[in-house]
Amino acid sequence: MTPLLEVRNLKKHFPVRGGLLRRIVAQVRAVDGVSFTLEVGKTLGLVGESGCGKSTLGRAILQLQRPTSGEVLLQGTELTTLDRKRLHAMRRSMQIIFQDPYASLSPRRTVAQTIREPLEVHGIGTPAEREQRVEELLGVVGMRTAVLDRYPHEFSGGQRQRIGIARALALDPKLIVADEPVSALDVSVRAQVLNLIARLQREMGIAFLFISHDLSVVEHVSDQVGVMYLGRIVELAPARELYRQPRHPYTEALLSAVPVPDPTRKARRIVLGGDVPSPMNPPPGCPFHLRCPKVMDICRSVPPPVVEVGAGGASHQVACHLHA
Amino acid sequence: MSAEPILSVRDLVVEFRTEHGVVRAVDRVSFDVFPNETVGLVGESGCGKTVTGLAILGLIPSPPGRIASGSIRLAGRELVGLPESELRQLRGRDMAMVFQEPMTALNPVFTVGNQMMDILRRYKGLSRSQARAAAIELLAKVGIPAPAQRIDEYPHQLSGGMRQRVVIAMALSCDPKLIVADEPTTALDVTTQAQVLEQIVRLQQEFRMAMVLVTHDLGVVAETCQRALVMYCGRVAEQADIGPLFAHPRHPYTAGLLRSLPRVGEAEKQDLAVIPGMVPDLLDLPAGCRFAERCPRRDARCDGELPDLDGDAASPARVACFHPL
Ligand SMILES: Nc1ncnc2c1ncn2[C@@H]1O[C@H](COP(=O)(O)OP(=O)(O)OP(=O)(O)O)[C@@H](O)[C@H]1O
Ligand SMILES: Nc1ncnc2c1ncn2[C@@H]1O[C@H](COP(=O)(O)OP(=O)(O)O)[C@@H](O)[C@H]1O
Ligand code: SF4
Ligand code: SF4
Ligand SMILES: [Mg+2]
Ligand SMILES: [Mg+2]
Repeated sequence: MTPLLEVRNLKKHFPVRGGLLRRIVAQVRAVDGVSFTLEVGKTLGLVGESGCGKSTLGRAILQLQRPTSGEVLLQGTELTTLDRKRLHAMRRSMQIIFQDPYASLSPRRTVAQTIREPLEVHGIGTPAEREQRVEELLGVVGMRTAVLDRYPHEFSGGQRQRIGIARALALDPKLIVADEPVSALDVSVRAQVLNLIARLQREMGIAFLFISHDLSVVEHVSDQVGVMYLGRIVELAPARELYRQPRHPYTEALLSAVPVPDPTRKARRIVLGGDVPSPMNPPPGCPFHLRCPKVMDICRSVPPPVVEVGAGGASHQVACHLHA
Repeated sequence: MSAEPILSVRDLVVEFRTEHGVVRAVDRVSFDVFPNETVGLVGESGCGKTVTGLAILGLIPSPPGRIASGSIRLAGRELVGLPESELRQLRGRDMAMVFQEPMTALNPVFTVGNQMMDILRRYKGLSRSQARAAAIELLAKVGIPAPAQRIDEYPHQLSGGMRQRVVIAMALSCDPKLIVADEPTTALDVTTQAQVLEQIVRLQQEFRMAMVLVTHDLGVVAETCQRALVMYCGRVAEQADIGPLFAHPRHPYTAGLLRSLPRVGEAEKQDLAVIPGMVPDLLDLPAGCRFAERCPRRDARCDGELPDLDGDAASPARVACFHPL
C-alpha cells in the first residue's frame, strides 16, 4: 500500500540578504534534508528545540512555503511540482491547525462562517448541505449548535482550538499538520483537546503530523516520533521505543531534561552545555557535535549517516556515528 | 519549621478596576516562606500567581490595581502601605524579582556589566573596579562561560537562557533575603530550562535565600520546591509539602490536574483524564466554591458557601474544600 505521505530529502532554505545591494549573503537552512513516511491514520510527532525547523517543515510539506528542494508525495502525488490549480485541489486532503487559537480565527467571522469557509472555497454542497455539515462538525468537536452565531472572542482558548479543529475537518482531510495545537492551552483544557485529536484519528482515520516542543504530549499522541536538530531528523522511531530506549545522544539529553511531576523520581539529568548553533552556520560533521557529551573525532568532520537500528520489524533510525 | 518566616502573607486581597467592574485577582491568600526554602505558586493562567508575586514586591500597577486589604511582612516588617521610595530601597536590597521575559529586566542600550555594576555600586557602595570584579564573579556563579568577556556584551548578543542567567545574577547581586521568580524558565527550551533550574536550585541553597517560584508547570514544582500553593481563581485551593501534595492531593482540583498530565515514559495510548469545563470568569464568579462547576465531589453546600482554607498558618497542610479527598 502507498503510504499517505512520503517526504524525501526535503530542504527549505531562506536567503539572508545584506549589504547595500541586498545581495544574498547567507542561507538559513531551516529544513536541511528531511525524509520520512507517514501511514494512513497514524500520527508522527515532531519534537525539538525552538528554531530547529519543525514549523518550517510542516509548512513546506503543505506547500504553504515552497520547498527549496526534495519531494513531498501525498497519496503518491508529488506536490512540489504541482501548479497552483492542481495544488488547490490537493489542499482538500491536507489541513493545518495552529498553536494560537486567538490569532488563527478571524475576529469578524462567526463560528458558522469560520467553519463553512473551506466548503465555500472548494464549492462543496448546497447552502443547506453546508449548514448541516457545519452543525455536524460542531458536534464532532463537542460544541453545541447554540454557539454558531457567536464570535471567537466570546470563547476560551480550548473552545477556540475546537473551532479551529472543526474548520480543519470540514473537507474530510487525510492529513492534518497540527503545529503546537495545545501549547497555548492550560493543563486542565489541554487534556480535553488531546483526547479530541486522538478520537478523530481513531474514528476518522486522519493522519497527523503533530508538532510540539512538549515531549510528554508528543509521546501521548504519537505512533512514531521524530527528533529534530538544526533542520534534520536525528532520530525517528516508534514512540514507545524512542522514549524507553533513545539511541541518539541528543534525544537522551532532551528526554532527561523534561521536569517530572513526581517528587519521588529524581531526574537523572544530562545537562547540555551551550546553545543550539545558528542554522545559518551549522557546524561541519555532526550538527550536534559542539554539545554532544559523547563526541568523537570523526563527528567533527564527517556527517553521520542515517542507520537502521530497529530490532523486530519496526524501523528505528538514528543519525549518529556511535551507531554507524 | 521553627524559625521565623522571612515572608509572611496574610489575607492578601488585590483588586483591579476594569471597564466591566472590579476584578479580585487575589482573594485572601495567606502563606509563609521560611529562610532557605522554595515555595511554589502553581495554577492555570489567570489564577493570580503573578499578581501575588507583584504584590509582594510592591509592584502592582496602580491604577488600575491596588492591594485592597491584607498584610505582607518581610522579616517582620509590614510592606503594605509603605511609600514607594522605601519599597524601592527594599527591592534593591532585600528582595528581587525575576520575570518570565528577561528583557523586561534588562536595558537593551547598556552592556550587561554596566547594568550589574550600577546595582552593585548603588546598593553595596562598591567602587567601579570592585563592582566589576563582583559582577564577573556573579556571572560565573550563574554559569555563564567566559564571564570576563561576556560582561561587556549587550543583552541582544546573548541567548534567551544566558539573558535569564544574567537577570538571576542581577537579582542575586545584593544578597536578597527573598527572590520571587515568575515563570523564570517558561520562555526557555526544555534543555535550557534544565540548565537554568539547576542553577536556581544550587544558588538558592548556596545563598540560603527564600524563594517564591511562580509556575504553571507541575514538573518544575516537583523538582525545585519544598512546598507549594495550588491556586484557582485567585484563591489558594491547597497548600502542602511537595511529597504529600503529589502523592495524596486533597483538593479535587489538584487531583484532577495531576491526573490530566501526560507523563513521559508511561503513556499507553489511552484517553487522558479530563477536568470538564473551564475556569470561570473572575467577573462572573459562582456564589459558592469556584471549582464547583467542574468538581466530581460537589454537593448543595458547595453551591451556596465558599470554602476557606482549613487549619491555620502553622498547619503543615491546608485545603479549601468541604469534601477533600
Ligand atoms: N493590570 C491589570 N489590569 C486588570 N486586570 C489585571 C491586570 N493584571 C492582572 N489582571 C488580572 O488579574 C488576574 C490574575 O492575573 P495574573 O497575571 O496574576 O495570573 P497568572 O496566574 O499569573 O496568569 P498567567 O499564567 O497567564 O501569567 C487575571 O484575571 C488578570 O486578567
Ligand atoms: N521567513 C523566514 N526567513 C528567514 N528565516 C526563517 C524564516 N522562517 C523561519 N526561519 C528560520 O528557520 C529556522 C526554523 O524556524 P521554525 O521552523 O519556525 O522553528 P520552530 O521549530 O521553532 O517552529 C529558524 O532559525 C528561523 O529563524
Ligand atoms: S555523531 Fe558524534 S557528535 Fe553526533 S550525536 Fe553521535 S556521538 Fe554525538
Ligand atoms: S468545596 Fe465542593 S465543589 Fe469545591 S472542590 Fe470541594 S467538593 Fe468540590
Ligand atoms: Mg514553531
Ligand atoms: Mg503569570
